Amino acid sequence: MTAAAPSPKANMGQPVPRYDAAAKVTGRATYASDMPLDNPAYAFLLTSAIAKGRIDRFDLDDAKRVRGVIEIVTHENAPKLKESKLFSNGGYAGTTIQPLKSADIAHDGQIIAVVVAESYEAAREAANRVKVSYTATAPSASFDSPGTTTAAAKGQNAQFKEDPAVGDFAKAFDAAEVKLTAAYDTPTQHHNPMELFSTSCAWMGDNLVIYEGSQFVYGLKNGVAEQLGIDADKVRVVNPYVGGGFGSRGSMTPRTAIIAGIAKRLGRPIKLVPTRDQGFTITTHRAETRQEIKLGANRDGKLLALRHEGAEVSSRADAYCVGGTKTTTRLYACPNVDSLVSIVRADRNTPGFMRSPPEVPYLFALESAMDALAVKLNMDPVELRRINDTTNEPIGGKPYTSRSLMACFDEAAKAFGWAQRSPQPKSMSDGDWLIGYGCAATCYPTQMGPSAARVRLQRDGRTRVEIAGHEIGTGAYTVIAQTAAERLGVPLEKVAVFMGDSDLPPAPVAGGSNSTASTCSAVMMVCDQIRQRLFKAAMPAQSLTDRAKETVGLGQTPATQAAKGDRPLDIEKAFDALGVGVVEEYGEWKPEGAPLDSFRAMHNGQVRLVGGHAMKDQIAYAFGAEFVEVRVNRFTHEIRCPRLVGAFAAGRIMNPRTARSQLMGGLIWGMSSALLEATEIDERNARYVNDNLADYLVPVNADVAGVEVILLSEQDDRINPVGVKGLGELANVGTNAAICNAIHHATGQRIRKLPVRLENIEV
Amino acid sequence: MRPFSYQRATDPDMAVQALSAAAAANHPLSQAIAQPLAGGTTLIDLMKLDVMRPAAIVDINPLAQAWSAIEPGSDSLRLGALAKMSDVAAHAEIQRNYPVIASSLKLAASAQLRNMATLGGNVMQRTRCSYFRDVSYENCNKRNPGSGCAAMDGVNRMHAVLGTSDQCIATYPGDLAQALIALDAVVEITGRAGTRSIPFAELHKAPGNSPDIETTLQPGELISAFSIQGRWPRSVYLKARDRQSYEFALSSAAIALDVQDGTIRDARVGLGGVATMPWRAREAEALLKGQKFDEALAQRVADAAFADARGRRHNSFKIALGKRVVARALQQAVTMEI
Repeated sequence: MTAAAPSPKANMGQPVPRYDAAAKVTGRATYASDMPLDNPAYAFLLTSAIAKGRIDRFDLDDAKRVRGVIEIVTHENAPKLKESKLFSNGGYAGTTIQPLKSADIAHDGQIIAVVVAESYEAAREAANRVKVSYTATAPSASFDSPGTTTAAAKGQNAQFKEDPAVGDFAKAFDAAEVKLTAAYDTPTQHHNPMELFSTSCAWMGDNLVIYEGSQFVYGLKNGVAEQLGIDADKVRVVNPYVGGGFGSRGSMTPRTAIIAGIAKRLGRPIKLVPTRDQGFTITTHRAETRQEIKLGANRDGKLLALRHEGAEVSSRADAYCVGGTKTTTRLYACPNVDSLVSIVRADRNTPGFMRSPPEVPYLFALESAMDALAVKLNMDPVELRRINDTTNEPIGGKPYTSRSLMACFDEAAKAFGWAQRSPQPKSMSDGDWLIGYGCAATCYPTQMGPSAARVRLQRDGRTRVEIAGHEIGTGAYTVIAQTAAERLGVPLEKVAVFMGDSDLPPAPVAGGSNSTASTCSAVMMVCDQIRQRLFKAAMPAQSLTDRAKETVGLGQTPATQAAKGDRPLDIEKAFDALGVGVVEEYGEWKPEGAPLDSFRAMHNGQVRLVGGHAMKDQIAYAFGAEFVEVRVNRFTHEIRCPRLVGAFAAGRIMNPRTARSQLMGGLIWGMSSALLEATEIDERNARYVNDNLADYLVPVNADVAGVEVILLSEQDDRINPVGVKGLGELANVGTNAAICNAIHHATGQRIRKLPVRLENIEV
Repeated sequence: MRPFSYQRATDPDMAVQALSAAAAANHPLSQAIAQPLAGGTTLIDLMKLDVMRPAAIVDINPLAQAWSAIEPGSDSLRLGALAKMSDVAAHAEIQRNYPVIASSLKLAASAQLRNMATLGGNVMQRTRCSYFRDVSYENCNKRNPGSGCAAMDGVNRMHAVLGTSDQCIATYPGDLAQALIALDAVVEITGRAGTRSIPFAELHKAPGNSPDIETTLQPGELISAFSIQGRWPRSVYLKARDRQSYEFALSSAAIALDVQDGTIRDARVGLGGVATMPWRAREAEALLKGQKFDEALAQRVADAAFADARGRRHNSFKIALGKRVVARALQQAVTMEI
């Protein structure tokens, strides 16, 4: 492993240590279930053992006899809750399947009872003693089950607006000199963040406080208020730290309002800590997909025709889909493109966001197909990408704001030693191990959402930044502190950042890799409001706006500015001139092209992200290239990946240390996705089988021998004020394909179904 | 987890008494009302899952003084049942003279678990069958005798291909046991009538018609030690698995050979990850004895080892995999420098 803090290149911030590092490594960081409550009762969930049917009756006698049991809540006595619409239909919920509403069961592991007791142990024991009689009907588990229904995504999912197409695919494909058609499968996956899906609810009179790891405190606050039928101002969501999100905490799950309702009824705070296996069914997951790619090219590798078709499994109730064709149809120059996304309805919980939701499955297919095409053309796969690189996306012809894809390929190839690869499959080995090198492109849309912030500056330079952003492990505290320190010219250690609290000014969902771009843009804008007030007071004769733009540094002047002759403003003098002790500013920022209702929606906890392919005159993506070494044992067929090298360009890098960590984690997760992660479904009963971290495999340290992250310098002034492209979801996109491409190089075998396991290898 | 009483046994008699007292004739040992607690790495886990519901826990860790010795003799080895997996794995003489034992331990579980888990507890480790471990499934013949087997036609990639019955295909998950069965270890058992000894191969039972009965231990009996005659420096443990560490075997082979002047005098083949119990491939061993090693022989041995294997929907790959693992492990054992 290389050093933790790479030196910054041009347009990169300082690799300062994490703002919250000490709190986390010393255990002082408080997560939802750590929050002290006054005389709490403890809830334990009981979840259904069938995926479809109804509950005939509960036998609660045995459970009620457990000492300490306070109440057992079932559909027969549950608090009445209002429905919330799906987030994509203007609501807040990640699923519209509302448990405890009736005796009906819509999916495996649905919440069917909540046992409340004086202790966690009593609640769990009592839950074990509840006997449930069901009438089960045969459920449809997935693609191959009888009873599913399939329909185009367009028209049933409000967020899926188009099946991108251009030119005449059929004609161009027919005429192409070289053709490739291939099908790809990706599995169900679960986020499994370390922090369990805990929820604590405490009422004070009519006011509710919720402690829950959330990627969107404003969404949760408004959603729970809607379900409880109370004013959103009476609900506060608090989570200064979130133990991993990965999308699983992006939208409201049913548990929160249920726990709030029970707490209200009992007049006591309630703490819920679900088990790991319950986490597989009470939140969301990445849906399995089946895809087909058709590529047509001429002999020198120029793409002439691309068709990408994808089918995704969703629940009966909700038409969720990720529809990654919006990205794959725009990645390479290709004049004739067609695509279609369908949704298959089964008796499953509604799927949801999981790290790089559209790009992970869909780029696996495209980047695997590109590698296979390169082999057909007898061409280096890097060169095939170069031939089809483009400055404008082919569907609408819009220019990329910046695109460093090939620069990433070249840097990563050099660092990896791609030139040493002998292109022939099965041509490299080391003892028992066949060696394969593979690569793939990675990309992720640059997204931003409206955000507010409040900043307070004292005359001694102490600064307080308040914003309801989310620290999901990414380094959000750190880059926000850096932004404020830099903009106000105060030492970093004087900046305190407060986040994860819906009483603070609203920020967007920590999803879609928009957080840094959105929150830092807002914080920067509000810092500028402070600067203007101070400059106005201290230098009344100057042109205020101009002066504010030119002079950087209140207490400190960065070297670059000092070289231009700028001098720091004397803060104390400015405060004296203003005649105040504290300067505080609040502001609301929205990205260019944001819808008219952006600020209202922001306060209502509704997501209004813009960016990616959906911008008006341009298209914004971060890019990268990933190279992997795979080793396949000729005897056991075990597959290991000792080396991952990625080069990434994502506009301004706020902090090379935290950026590197995110990208490193992404590469490792990508490897995990390619080789290990899959939620197994028992097709007979539509239930998850490996719903624990012993059987749902993720890499251990021994699986991760070498990871190298290369950050490219890239400047993009067309995306947002801070010039940031989100990178949290960039690195795990290309890895699936890179690994399968490397397995092909090692073994000559093209594997198109994830994850790849030793039984899939035939050497 | 359900309420239970907790008692520390400070001497073997006390442990045996406490465990016998609570024993009921109609309970197989695995479902006994009283359970001994050693490292706790399986028991506590299964209690949390509500799979095991003992009313009494008898903590035998105080017996470690007497029962955790690692005693290599000049031509033998004795291992106390309460020796920690990590201590045995790190022991220089075991690494030198019984590499199959050291490596089966080192490739098992995680460092943290190996520091807690004992040898006796390890060989008694219960299956990882997902359906056995999930009490929301009624149909598990191991948990609820006569209720059926959810794994048979369910998700059974990890399940056994050898020693199965139409009642149960749950895999025996351990690693050490393959080494012990291969080396003809003797199990020393302490019970009400003092100690008795049985061959390791007689400790576990195939599921047959009663998968709930997993061993021949009687209520109140505890494993106190394992002993092995002879030295086996030419021995290996090869384990194939989905990830590089902290993962159960998809297939493993414990091989011990006595090779003199290129001729195999004695051969032992234990198989893991593929069978319902610790597995000894005696027909395969017979093919090796008196022979000179070559690849064709390895192939015949591997075929013999899996001659009776029977795959299900997701685990048939284990037959071909198991054969390759056996062949490769034999090769490694033959060529290893000792």
